[in-house]
Amino acid sequence: MNTAVVTGIGVTAPTGLGTDAYWAATTAGSTAIRPVDRFDAGSYPARLAGVITDFDERALLPGRLIPQTDRITQFALVATQWALTDAGLDPSAHSDFDLGVVTAASAGGFEYGQRELQKLYTEGPQAVSAYMSFSWFYAVNTGQLSIRHGLRGPAAAVVTDGAGGLDALGHARRQIRQGTPAVLSGGMESAMCPMGLVSQLPGGELSTVDDPARAYRPFADDATGYVPGEGGAILLVEDAAAARRRGAPRIHGEIAGYASTFDARPGSGREPGLARAAALALDDADVLPDDVDVVFADAAGTLAGDQVEAQVLAKLFGPRGVPVTAPKTGTGRLNSGAGALDVVTALLAIRDGVIPPTVNVERVGRRYEIDLVLGEARRTPVRTALVLARGKGGFNAAVVVRAAT
Amino acid sequence: MTLTRRVAITGIGVVAPGGIGTRAFWDRILAGRTATRRVTFFDPAPFRSQVAAECDFDPAEHGLTPQQIRRMDRAAQFAVVCTRESLADAGLTATDLVPERTAVTIGSAVGCTIKLEAEYLVLSDGGRQWTVDHRYAVPHLYDYYVPSSLAAEVAWEVGAEGPVSLVSDGCTAGIDALGYARELILDGSADVVVAGATEAPIAPITVACFDAIRATTNNNDDPEHALRPYDRSRNGFVLGEGAAVLILEELGHARRRGAKVYAEIAGFATRANAYHMTGLKADGRELAEAVRVALDQSRLAPERIGWVSSHGTATKQNDKHETAALKRSLGAHAYATPVSSIKSMIGHSLGAIGAIETAACALAIDTGAIPPTANLHDQDPELDLDYVPLSARERRVDVALNIGSGFGGFQSAMVLARPEAVAA
Repeated sequence: MNTAVVTGIGVTAPTGLGTDAYWAATTAGSTAIRPVDRFDAGSYPARLAGVITDFDERALLPGRLIPQTDRITQFALVATQWALTDAGLDPSAHSDFDLGVVTAASAGGFEYGQRELQKLYTEGPQAVSAYMSFSWFYAVNTGQLSIRHGLRGPAAAVVTDGAGGLDALGHARRQIRQGTPAVLSGGMESAMCPMGLVSQLPGGELSTVDDPARAYRPFADDATGYVPGEGGAILLVEDAAAARRRGAPRIHGEIAGYASTFDARPGSGREPGLARAAALALDDADVLPDDVDVVFADAAGTLAGDQVEAQVLAKLFGPRGVPVTAPKTGTGRLNSGAGALDVVTALLAIRDGVIPPTVNVERVGRRYEIDLVLGEARRTPVRTALVLARGKGGFNAAVVVRAAT
Repeated sequence: MTLTRRVAITGIGVVAPGGIGTRAFWDRILAGRTATRRVTFFDPAPFRSQVAAECDFDPAEHGLTPQQIRRMDRAAQFAVVCTRESLADAGLTATDLVPERTAVTIGSAVGCTIKLEAEYLVLSDGGRQWTVDHRYAVPHLYDYYVPSSLAAEVAWEVGAEGPVSLVSDGCTAGIDALGYARELILDGSADVVVAGATEAPIAPITVACFDAIRATTNNNDDPEHALRPYDRSRNGFVLGEGAAVLILEELGHARRRGAKVYAEIAGFATRANAYHMTGLKADGRELAEAVRVALDQSRLAPERIGWVSSHGTATKQNDKHETAALKRSLGAHAYATPVSSIKSMIGHSLGAIGAIETAACALAIDTGAIPPTANLHDQDPELDLDYVPLSARERRVDVALNIGSGFGGFQSAMVLARPEAVAA
């Protein structure tokens, strides 16, 4: 079976634009949780987010793309450019059917969508932009990346809420195994419009704490929910043999295992599917729990979510049996972007032998038997990492990344 | 990928304009009767296109409970009703399925549009407030905002705990969801996949979007004959709604339990055109490549194809594009193959239509009948294939090809075959 490796990385995260800036901030334990400033969130009970503040789309993208794209697409276009540069891959030098693209989305470009809805109801149908037919919908990033770079291979858009970033990578790997040499893949999210934030309120999981350092503290005894964030990552996933043949400048690592599962209907009394996703992904990668050097947790930030995950980890690896981290405490939960960004973080941890810390959590809750990396980054050789992600409604996904051989 | 695994369709459920249920759907399209009409869901007067293919669908009549009706967007309701029909058709109940080995793959292009727009309207007080009023948020708002809820509802319905996802590849979402489901069976991730697509997009925002790019027809004076694929007078599609959910099973799994097999999904491929978010190139190169790859997987020669269920949206460029793609991929056999667009009768239900058309392919193989292209009286001389005008044909179909194109540049092809027609 073809081996899927990552040869290019592009990051747009609240804590850093570009891989180097992001990694420096992440290992230093920086955080980008702050009051939402793209609109006045003052009247809402939850007012914080991981916001990207220094993104200058006009400097980074051709002007003609700006009016037809939401922020999620602008992030994706820029991250893709960086991923291709990192991979040293010029799409025009390859057969167009050899390059695919699979992205994840949760809400599409909804800031754009809310603006056009407002025009429809205040100015009438004629005021709705011709771009609205595609600028907000869930496939927009896949389409725009394909067009910009002439990628004509297998294309797809996956929606599994917060599990989406990992599911997109799993789908990309499946395309590699079926013979496509390279697939751009990942996820991007931005809920920085009133509808985006308000849609998350009824679930009761958004943190209403106003102190950016106290709002999102997964696995703490007094966890208060999550803070959303925007951004994500795009990776170039490549067939290992194809990457070698073209002399790819670097192999960041292998996507060695993947699995996804779904939780039974709430109240069914059946076990949540996260344990199965993790075990199946390890099996798929042909590694034992003992081989895993670090786990990047989903880190729901809610009592119920944290309990399930901590139990899964304690059972699979033994109590405090493996270092666990959640650098997303510094970025907020990026939804579809989170899994992709965590895979990037895992690859960088492998590269440098550093596990970045879970910021803002001072102490692991008494009920959680996990070795959460707190305070400072931990130096230790990392060869194999397990990345977990969950989506609302019961979606679970797991990816195993491994150092290139 | 284990090549010995094969994928069978053993159950079909359809909700389509003009008839709820597989039987009603198939009877209507074989009769060549259109289900397009003036929009009744809201006053279409301010819009350029005022025609739609609407379902007369009462969720309570189909067994949904008051809470399900309140919670679910119309697209989810369609999907659940189709799931029930399809499971029963396959001779299965949820308790027959092994949860861990059962997956769900649902396609949709625009998700929970109707609920999202309706809730926006309240939260923004008719569009007046940019900072919408959160105190008016309904409990399941997030499920409308993120449409993976559509797949979750189906998974709950059948008790699936394997891979569950929503595939949102624009208007190829239906074909692609089934193609992706097939891949889950082939690579051993699941033994049964409840797969299909659903769409309920007939809402002001969707109509306004298609108005803005003139993709929909403005034949408002003649709603019943508004969607005219391959006709000289064609001027765009009619927005539709509906769903189809199929039971896909590993062929051996199906045979062991003595299930009826409608057809095998013998090949699937999708390619991107990397050309334009809403436009199509006239040469059909990428769609032709998808057809070529799907046929290659099926190890069937183009000459074996007995029917093509086309995309046939009746836009000027689509019908040219796919005609070129069929000639490019099937060669001389393109001229000998009946090609029809059932959209002429049930409209274009965006992400759902590819699954509904796949259901039609399975039914064509099963029943030996080919639905027509309605409203085709004056064939465009530039389009020179056999588009099966007006009347259905009785004809044995061993292999059917389903093709589709979608915004974002998606080009998909699926080959369906009678299992005996495929070399094992």
